[in-house]
Amino acid sequence: MMSRHNLLRPAGFDELGLRRALADRMLPFLVAAMAFLAALALAGWIGAASLARLWQAGAGTSLTVQVPHPADAAHGGETRLEHVVGMLRENPGVASARALSANELNALLEPWLGAGADRLGLPLPGVIAVRLTEPGFPLGALAERVREAVPGTRLEDQGIWITRLATLAQSLQLCAAAALLVVAGVAAAVIAVATRGGLAARREAIEIVHGLGASDSYIAGQFAARATLLAAAGGIAGGVLALPVLLGLANLAAPFGTTSEQAGAFAMLPVGLWLLLPGLPMVAAAIGFTTAQATVRRWLRQLP
Amino acid sequence: MVRFDDVGLSYAGHPEVLHDLNFELAEGAFRWLLGPSGAGKTSLLRLMYLAVRPTRGRLSILGADVASLRRRSLPRLRRRIGVVFQDFRLLGHLSVFDNAALPLRLAGRPEGQIRADVGEMLRWVGLAKKADARPAELSGGEQQRAAIARAVVVRPNLLLADEPTGNLDEIQAERLMQLFKEMNRLGTTVVVATHNDALVSRHPARALRLERGRLIGTTCEPVAAYALPEPEVQ
Repeated sequence: MMSRHNLLRPAGFDELGLRRALADRMLPFLVAAMAFLAALALAGWIGAASLARLWQAGAGTSLTVQVPHPADAAHGGETRLEHVVGMLRENPGVASARALSANELNALLEPWLGAGADRLGLPLPGVIAVRLTEPGFPLGALAERVREAVPGTRLEDQGIWITRLATLAQSLQLCAAAALLVVAGVAAAVIAVATRGGLAARREAIEIVHGLGASDSYIAGQFAARATLLAAAGGIAGGVLALPVLLGLANLAAPFGTTSEQAGAFAMLPVGLWLLLPGLPMVAAAIGFTTAQATVRRWLRQLP
Repeated sequence: MVRFDDVGLSYAGHPEVLHDLNFELAEGAFRWLLGPSGAGKTSLLRLMYLAVRPTRGRLSILGADVASLRRRSLPRLRRRIGVVFQDFRLLGHLSVFDNAALPLRLAGRPEGQIRADVGEMLRWVGLAKKADARPAELSGGEQQRAAIARAVVVRPNLLLADEPTGNLDEIQAERLMQLFKEMNRLGTTVVVATHNDALVSRHPARALRLERGRLIGTTCEPVAAYALPEPEVQ
């Protein structure tokens, strides 16, 4: 023991006996549970955001145009189908317009009509796949002109669906954000309760140290250091425990995205999530620090 | 040094426990604080070691007006006041050394100086060999001496003791008094509250006498030598 005094002041010198008062089991466990939930909410947030992006980038710029009786003659010796394709290509805002071949049409219809749909002699419309230069390009005027030139033509504007899906993704993101806030609030409450328990348990020691001239910031600092350490430990544990679950979920969600199972575990989760996950222990530590500081300082005000 | 002007004290929601206190202690004074149980001795000491603030009147401690002082200025003032309690108030999970070192660590002194000062202080109170013991392993007298080491290690300007001999036998009480007298000789203002009449008669000095929250005997002028018997004040 005496040898300890030969060193500089021990870094973790525990005047207030907080090592027992703020025990190292319950608090990190609860914070780990919160961090675990926060990791899931974060994944939900990022997943919803990337789905929204994917839909907007993909479906948002594509458009299908159906032309009934495609082979009938229109103006200038063109078929109705060719005329519509020409009109579309001349229109600004359209990156490309391509009529689907009979084979492609059959392939599209095969799930519903079986192979050899062409033999059924159904009056199939011509289908034109259109790519727009940007999502949400206004098509009202174009649709009007096309319908006038080739009556019966239908533009399948997917904008309304994109808007609805974007709203859905946004509300999912809001839910995830609300979950994150609630989790952070509960974590703060858990730390506040634990800190108050520590204050009650070490009341006598605190009063003694206070009487010896310890400032509020000194005492609050002792509690905050302990709470920060425990919360950070909980945050790390929760984040690490959430990883396999997140990877499992990403595996399930892989068909919706562009990432593939073969790309390895790292590529399965979005980069944003990899960047944010290490932030969990830091945020947990910050919540631990500020909550303990505020709780102890408010409690100390009852002392003169 | 210490000055009470019409000081009154009441704890929240209770009638006043100290009334109209007027006295002054010069630097280097020694005072007994005498009076029956419940007379308000502990409350008077609590005022002096800034555990409570007066509810009326004007209290000046070490030249600072306590009422107008901001709360965050109090810790610095407290570090200049040493207090010895009847129940010692040592921290049970710390060694004697760490207990005695506490005020220096709170004041942010370098560890080298702390080691030297605490070592010297523990030798002074005769606890050098028990530096690594926990308070629970010490006798009552040893615990009291550890508490004194903690109280005086910062060389306080004001040393207050509340029934410091209550848990000690005669020999230990006598030894304690020698320590207090030594501190006083070195210039510290000392106030000792006690019931121990034998001790007071062996160490005659001026006294603050309290009865039912009022000062019934006081000495206002600076005292050069505490060993003068106090004239009875009716």
